[in-house]
Amino acid sequence: MTSLTRILAQGRWETRLLLRNGEQLLLTIVIPLGLLLVLALTDVLPQTTGGDTVAASLATVLAVSVISTGFTSLAIATGFERRSGALRLLATTPLTSRELLFGKAGATVVVTALSGGLATLLALILGWRPTPSALVVPVLVLLGVAAWAPWAFVLAGTLRAEAVLAVANGLFLVFLLFGGVVIPAASLPDLLGAVVPYLPSGALVEALAASLGGTAVPAMAAGVLIAWSALGTLVATRTFRWT
Amino acid sequence: MRYGARTAVAGVSLTADEGSITALVGPNGAGKTSTVEVCVGLRTPSAGTVEVLGTALPGSASNRQRVHAQVGVMLQDGGLYPTARPLEMVQHVASLYPNPDQPAALLDSVGIDPSTRTTIRRLSGGEQRRVAAACALVGRPRLVFLDEPTTGLDATGRRAFHDLLLDRVHAGMTVVLTTHLLDDVERMADKVIVMADGAIVREGSVNDLVGEDDAIAFRGPRHMELDDLREALPPGTSVSETPPGFYRISGTLDPMSLATVAAWCGQHGVRTPDLRLGRRSLEDVVIDLVEGRP
Repeated sequence: MTSLTRILAQGRWETRLLLRNGEQLLLTIVIPLGLLLVLALTDVLPQTTGGDTVAASLATVLAVSVISTGFTSLAIATGFERRSGALRLLATTPLTSRELLFGKAGATVVVTALSGGLATLLALILGWRPTPSALVVPVLVLLGVAAWAPWAFVLAGTLRAEAVLAVANGLFLVFLLFGGVVIPAASLPDLLGAVVPYLPSGALVEALAASLGGTAVPAMAAGVLIAWSALGTLVATRTFRWT
Repeated sequence: MRYGARTAVAGVSLTADEGSITALVGPNGAGKTSTVEVCVGLRTPSAGTVEVLGTALPGSASNRQRVHAQVGVMLQDGGLYPTARPLEMVQHVASLYPNPDQPAALLDSVGIDPSTRTTIRRLSGGEQRRVAAACALVGRPRLVFLDEPTTGLDATGRRAFHDLLLDRVHAGMTVVLTTHLLDDVERMADKVIVMADGAIVREGSVNDLVGEDDAIAFRGPRHMELDDLREALPPGTSVSETPPGFYRISGTLDPMSLATVAAWCGQHGVRTPDLRLGRRSLEDVVIDLVEGRP
């Protein structure tokens, strides 16, 4: 039995549990789709550019989906599995902590792809017409999950479950409102607007907006995501605890 | 093994023989669970060595993985996913082992209907223990650690689980279990290790611990004056009160000794519906060992 077999088994297991959980589905699928409708059909929130509104809205929604699935939902689920002892049981099986984290990340990618696929379908219905540059979107979504998921494990592996719930939800709202996701960096106060491009939220939206809007992905945005991913993986593998 | 400033287990040295059942018994907080957790790699000892199936733990990741592929564990607090159904839970654990057992058949043998769609969180405590037992055994382990496996199980469930364990042990599996149900230990264990305050107080077979000698036991008021009872009994017998209110006479006993004790009780107005002559139970021995510690 190879490590990949165990990762795939754990990934299937996590995906199944994730898709069965109503609260998780609300967070990862229903909220992003609702947000897309609000952003595309109303002008309640400022938009990034004066170009394709649906494309810009889709970029925002894909980023929300990545953050809600790859960070908030993942952190909360893992935190409560740690509290219930489910992770302790897995720790006594041949599954290693690295395989567990990869399995969970894999499930996150699957659910994010599902959520992103539905959002893309809705965007097409709303009139968005993709350009060739949109082909890079799946890679950006993967990069986004890679940048966010390790930080979910850092939270879940170090804090109590209740604290994980509070902190993960709190950070989700903070990044949504002040991390360049729902409110563009240009509409935020100067100091905050200057920091946003270096946050995993701001960089992800910037990269997705460029790709969906028909332009090249800024190298800096991709670099920021890679840097957050590398740093998060380093911290997570050193701090994650099964118990 | 330490938790902050508190030492949970110290100076423990134990060996479990292959193809046997070793029981760790003792009061709450004796260090049984900590000992098991160190043995399965869930905790790292602050000093000392642990060798499981010939491999040192905690050791490297590959060492741990080699051991875990041959070991099954039933945790005291379950460790099951509350939103999963029993069969899919056991199937998932099975999917992590190289040569697993049939999950459905195993669930059936511990008394859980494999086709049930009830989620684990809606099962009773005893049913959840059965699912946890199936998870511990599904990897066809050479060695299984069971932390209070039959707590919460009804009599039928306990008997079924014992039969399953004994079948596996006869096939060569080694069992290390902790429990407070000493009747189970008397019936099943090849070796008993009594722990208290993080140390081993005594170890041996059930016969070693309970001894071959008969004893008379009864309950009465606490701290009775026993000198005249000692004088009434033949030389070579001893009378003790451990714990308070529990009296035991051991040594050179015969049927007349029982009559002597009954008469003494009558003289002292002690009602003794439970006066009996027989071997001491393991529970008596464990209480003596634990209460008798300095």
